[in-house]
Amino acid sequence: MIAPGPELNPARRPSKINVRVLRQDGPGTPPYWERHQVDYEPDMNVISVLQKIAAQATTYDGKKVSPVAWDCGCLEEVCGSCTMVINGRVRQSCSALVDRLFEDNPEEILLEPMTKFPVVRDLKIDRSRLFHSLKRVQAWVPVDSYFDMGAGPRIPREDQEQNYPLSQCMSCGCCLEACPQFNKVELIRHVGESDEAFDARKNQAYESEFIGPHAISQAMLFNAHPVGKNLKKERLETLTSTGGIQACGNAQNCVAVCPKEIPLTTSIARAGRAATLHSIKKLFDR
Amino acid sequence: MANNRVLVVGGGLAGLSATMKLAELGVAVDLISLTPVKRSHSVCAQGGINSVNDQTRQQGDSEWNHFDDTIYGGDFLQNQPPVKEMAYWAPKVIDLMDRLGVTFNRTPEGYIDRRRFGGTLYKRTAFAGATTGQQLLYALDEQVRRWEVEGLVKKYEFWDFLGPILDDNGRCVGAVAQDMVSMEIRSFAADAVVVATGGCGLLYGRSTMSVFCTGSAASRCFQAGAKYGNGEFIQVHPTAIPGADKLRLMSESARGEGGRVWVPRKPNDTRPPKQIPTSDRFFFLEERFPKYGNLVPRDIATREIFNICVNEGLSVDPTRMCVYLDLTHIPRHELDRKLGGILEIYEKFQGVDPREEPMKIFPAVHYSMGGLWVDYEANGEGGLLPGSPRNQSTNVPGLYAIGECDYQYHGANRLGANSLLSCIFSGLFVGPGIVNWMKSNKAAADLPKSIFERALGEHTARHKKLLSNASGDGENPYLLHQELGDIMTRTATVVRYNNQLTDAYEKVSAMVERSQRCSLADTGNWTNQNVIFTKSLQDMIPIAQCILKGALMRDESRGAHFKPDFCMPNLQATDPTERRHEAEKWCDAFEVNTSKFLKSSVCSWKGQEPDLVFEDIDTRLMKPRPRLYGLVGGEVIEEVWKQRSRSKEETAPSKPAAAKQLAGSV
Repeated sequence: MIAPGPELNPARRPSKINVRVLRQDGPGTPPYWERHQVDYEPDMNVISVLQKIAAQATTYDGKKVSPVAWDCGCLEEVCGSCTMVINGRVRQSCSALVDRLFEDNPEEILLEPMTKFPVVRDLKIDRSRLFHSLKRVQAWVPVDSYFDMGAGPRIPREDQEQNYPLSQCMSCGCCLEACPQFNKVELIRHVGESDEAFDARKNQAYESEFIGPHAISQAMLFNAHPVGKNLKKERLETLTSTGGIQACGNAQNCVAVCPKEIPLTTSIARAGRAATLHSIKKLFDR
Repeated sequence: MANNRVLVVGGGLAGLSATMKLAELGVAVDLISLTPVKRSHSVCAQGGINSVNDQTRQQGDSEWNHFDDTIYGGDFLQNQPPVKEMAYWAPKVIDLMDRLGVTFNRTPEGYIDRRRFGGTLYKRTAFAGATTGQQLLYALDEQVRRWEVEGLVKKYEFWDFLGPILDDNGRCVGAVAQDMVSMEIRSFAADAVVVATGGCGLLYGRSTMSVFCTGSAASRCFQAGAKYGNGEFIQVHPTAIPGADKLRLMSESARGEGGRVWVPRKPNDTRPPKQIPTSDRFFFLEERFPKYGNLVPRDIATREIFNICVNEGLSVDPTRMCVYLDLTHIPRHELDRKLGGILEIYEKFQGVDPREEPMKIFPAVHYSMGGLWVDYEANGEGGLLPGSPRNQSTNVPGLYAIGECDYQYHGANRLGANSLLSCIFSGLFVGPGIVNWMKSNKAAADLPKSIFERALGEHTARHKKLLSNASGDGENPYLLHQELGDIMTRTATVVRYNNQLTDAYEKVSAMVERSQRCSLADTGNWTNQNVIFTKSLQDMIPIAQCILKGALMRDESRGAHFKPDFCMPNLQATDPTERRHEAEKWCDAFEVNTSKFLKSSVCSWKGQEPDLVFEDIDTRLMKPRPRLYGLVGGEVIEEVWKQRSRSKEETAPSKPAAAKQLAGSV
């Protein structure tokens, strides 16, 4: 949670906001910095700054440019779309309030794309790997059918209170950006390569790399569900194979940057214990 | 079903539940979405999802009562069979979501906890903290991912639906869509297309909706021949946090958990809220609506808050209009457990802890009750016939609409926590009907290629034409959007006047042509968000015209649509006989108005503007009765109305079942 700071002193409120954006026209092209300036208004966030930049489509020094590309959705920090690196820190741009950013640096706002995912254009990045990890850990409850079979199992309040925070993960990717063990995987499409072939090649590359704290936490969430745990073994198998829990270096950056304050390191610790037990059991079951 | 494919457009609650149900039935699904489906606007739903449950049942509640509350809350503007079916399915929907692992709040004994929502006296609402929509969406997202791994679902995320493809007989046989990254435009053959693209809040500029909710997908279907119903019914939520880029929702659950709305009795009272003693606080909803209190239906709460600020001059902030929503009397741990998500939003965006200080809130555009017109087939009990291909079908054969983008379930005003229900219900229910539809039609994949090439050509030409409007002196699409939003917010929200609506309709109609002259700052063909936005702006305009035209032609007040020049008055007389006489006249006027306006407004597109007709409502189960929340003299009117209904029942014994229900429900 961002602690509410003191009201910005009106005397320090500038009439203009200087913004520097690290732009990139497309995959494989060189990034470049571009300066913009927009009028200050009360209650602005980085989204409204980018909206103004799009409407102006003109740089600080009057050059006509295309609007900066970026992703956004709900604008209230529940959809996970608008992650970027703002003044050097990974976060959601909707909850990055201009007045607060000024407290750190009144001169300018720096906007950069996340560095652990391939840039599509400007601040827009390709996070498909993050969703692929959810497939790897089979993050779902394997119900028999969607027919009416009555209520689900009764769940103690204590369990709900433990699981609900984990289920608030919005796949924003902040934890992955901050994780020293999570490295960028960027493949370039071959000439004439089909969608399917390219996807298959990407998925293969993803699977040899660290799965990430978000997916480990989801594995723990579903292993704790009375029916979800029917896939417990399969999930632990993934977590004990290449790119699994052993890749975690315990830097604890993930939990520090999570905008939803999900106890990711607690999940990782639980996953570590479960994985050890799973490996020992496998040894004896052989 | 080996060769059949269905295309689902939109991956919110409705689209995902339809996708997973179709996959379960063995149908391959292509799923198109503007965003990774897990980020769809359903994540913003906060409060909960309604159904009768074991506890309320023992307090006298029933599926019928849920149906009745929904119809009465919606001011009778719904065809009743689909609403009845939804209310009767509601407990099953929640059971299913429970099995899928949704982390619903629990009672100490481990049952699903419930809270009370607006427009009902029962605690029907199941919830997962204050992020229920997010939790429900994630459960469905997970199931669809499971089917993706199984190979039955193929997702096209960051794709924009450009329009349905119709064959020479007018049957929908697929759609054209565009990859928002590579800008490739592609045609998809499909034996049915299901549009589940949510509301149209963006045409009001700022609303509680996500940036995806432009209404352009529905508009593209509308412009291709689908009818659009009840567009004028736009829900303005009573409680939102004003912001520069968005009006952020503050859930009704805040009031469901005991939150109180108030203003100081004295205008311009400068004392901090906590220093104002109870005797100086005006709890206007509680005083004016003793039965429902802070949980009156949304349209009513919205008008009251609007009134208190605009006409009574009691806004709590001298610089902008707002009232207090106060939770500070509720213990902190209780608030965190049940409302954590929304309190964090307030804290993050306003920098004030709502557990310590009353929140400042004001109404904001929130939900589209209207949407694509859809059909249904009733069964003998007045519910829906399961498996009928007519259920949720638009007037274009093979084109279906579900969720917020259909017009079917909420009438003139939606009750809180009924939207998540209608989305999931319609998504699950549409599947078997589509399977039956496909059995009786030639597979789209076997149709001549020329049909698809023609559609692809049209959309490619539109795209190229826009790109050729290079930077110049044309319209700036972002500024035009602001202008549209300003007009719509000023004229077509809480209070509506015909002269303003006429003026707005003219201005917006002129935008049909103006929006064609937008010049783009980006004419490239890689991740061009500029051109995608401009297309959606162009397509917002026909829906804005439907809203304005419907509002203009509906000379009455019903639910969210309120015209001071055409509304049913309070009773004035104090003498009992005169008051009774006045109530008789009130009921006469009500009957006249009902026969004139208890109708859906249904628009068809005519190239430059919509053509509007009024269509009868199916009230086979429950006769319309006056909606009397808080009306002065309401009890006398109710008495008169009951007597009239009883005498009608005696003279018309031909419909015993419906009449019995009527007597029981008034």
